[in-house]
Amino acid sequence: MGMREAGKAATAPESVTTESRLARAVLIALAVLFLAIFLILPVLVVFSEALAKGFSFYLTTFKDADAQAAIRLTLIVAAIAVPLNTLFGIAASWAIAKFEFPGKSLLTTLIDLPFSISPVISGMIYVLLFGAQGYFGPWLTAHGVQIIFALPGIVLATVFVTFPFVARELIPLMQEQGSADEEAALTLGASGFQAFLTITLPNIAWGLLYGVLLCNARAMGEFGAVSVVSGHISGLTNTIPLQVELLYNDYNFAAAFAMASLLTLLALVTLAAKTLLEMRYGDSLATSSRL
Amino acid sequence: MRIRVVDIAKDFGRTGALRGANLDIRDSELIALLGPSGSGKTTLLRVIAGLEIPKSGKVFFDDHDATAVPVQQRRIGFVFQNYALFKHMTVIDNIAYGLRVLPGAQRPSKTLIRNRAEELLKLVQLSGLGKRYPRQLSGGQQQRVALARALAVEPRVLLLDEPFGALDAKVRKDLRRWLRELHDCTGHTTVFVTHDQDEALELADRVAILNLGKVEQVGKPDEVYDNPGSAFVMSFVGDTSSLPVEFDGTRLLHEGQPLNATFGAVRGGRCRLYVRPRDIVLSVPGADRLPATIVSIHRTAAGRRAQIAVGRAATIIEAEIDIAAEITSGEPIGLSFAKGRVFPE
Repeated sequence: MGMREAGKAATAPESVTTESRLARAVLIALAVLFLAIFLILPVLVVFSEALAKGFSFYLTTFKDADAQAAIRLTLIVAAIAVPLNTLFGIAASWAIAKFEFPGKSLLTTLIDLPFSISPVISGMIYVLLFGAQGYFGPWLTAHGVQIIFALPGIVLATVFVTFPFVARELIPLMQEQGSADEEAALTLGASGFQAFLTITLPNIAWGLLYGVLLCNARAMGEFGAVSVVSGHISGLTNTIPLQVELLYNDYNFAAAFAMASLLTLLALVTLAAKTLLEMRYGDSLATSSRL
Repeated sequence: MRIRVVDIAKDFGRTGALRGANLDIRDSELIALLGPSGSGKTTLLRVIAGLEIPKSGKVFFDDHDATAVPVQQRRIGFVFQNYALFKHMTVIDNIAYGLRVLPGAQRPSKTLIRNRAEELLKLVQLSGLGKRYPRQLSGGQQQRVALARALAVEPRVLLLDEPFGALDAKVRKDLRRWLRELHDCTGHTTVFVTHDQDEALELADRVAILNLGKVEQVGKPDEVYDNPGSAFVMSFVGDTSSLPVEFDGTRLLHEGQPLNATFGAVRGGRCRLYVRPRDIVLSVPGADRLPATIVSIHRTAAGRRAQIAVGRAATIIEAEIDIAAEITSGEPIGLSFAKGRVFPE
């Protein structure tokens, strides 16, 4: 009986939705090859180039004042942009998912705007607005405020580019969940704010966390928009990606890859954190998105 | 608590709108809002709860105008169709929620809240399941948790939206009986929405039948079943067949053939006769009976039903026939009606 069944399984697919063994092997091999060439190889190259001149050289790269300034600036920009976009994202998705109002589809489209235009253009918008020759430039200069080629400009450009991440993650989640839970909380006497804190936030926690992780990775890694508004002043307005470009253009490859390895590490840590969280809390994550 | 709903209108631009709904709900009664989907029954329940703001009309709780009172202050208990249990909280935390969100001065101590929640858990016969999460419970158990959660805030009225809709037939029947017992021992004014007439007739003290955004008739189950005020109520509450008839002032005729009674017809002209399956009397063809033919016969749990084609137009009606009756399909028969109601077409 057992023998016969085993024999059957070897010759025919176990179910109608299963391909033959050969087809499966070919498809899997293709997928693995693709992943190796386009994802795994580049990551390995970054680290091997970074360590090409030895581990002590790798460490010296980070002792450089300009490198440290770039790291510091990147952290500051992310520390401002990510919380802001978390707030904006929650507010926007709350409004879009739970309420009906005129202009709702316009707002949804606007949220997607940063995804659909080139980051370079995002940067140039701010130069046009706040640059020395821009619309508000003369007024800002007269009042001693510098936005372009300074921290405020970099923060603005980063906020703009990373705006959709949290909202995009939350809108479908909140729409799927509907408002019944919140309504239940209200009938039980909770205020709107209590319902938000005790019901809405826990319901969206995993989506929110994922959105924040993605937003953070992009905020630290953004090149195009920041490149336009920063002015590339080494040690002052260079973020990690800009510093990488500077070092690379100076033929300082090992140092460039050393800096790049920081961003790569960030990406890996983000990925690992996400995977760990999903493994640890996968059950409640699945429940909260399915129910 | 007594609830009065006066001339409520609510327009969504989708189905379920209300167009001048009126309803008096008596203190401590168990009343069903019965109607087809889109009739506005859920909307009416949500207006009473304060989850929907009506465009016009008023809601009175006893003698106070509650129309503008926010949902939190209405002291209602609402059980949602899919229960809306908080997935990230245990059963006991779900039940205690209403007490935990009370403002500091009114909030009982932690031990009191816990004791009260345990008490309610016992009331809904789920003692020992307090530490589970909603997803670890069956549908019927979730339903009872939702009820306990609603009862925790000591509501003045209990509102239930399709309370048994998502449950299978057996659980549904048990829960119905249990809800009836619970109502009789706690004495809450209870309003529940349903589209199932059996459920409404079996469970409720009174039934309000909604159609097209209005309350069409309110009455005890016997009243709405035996004395329907409109063709809609008659056909929605219980099985009904109908025949086109004409009233010439003294007699009721179907295709020129007089019927054995007038069934309360008053206005002349074209109208329709509505009859229940059990009120159709089958016999051999005769002068005072409508000519008809048996089309098919099928078995139901309680007896047998026959599809009968009546007259030249072969209008199909459904009659209940005796299990023992020797009738076969294709057989010509004569029809008369023990009871029926005539409504204008």
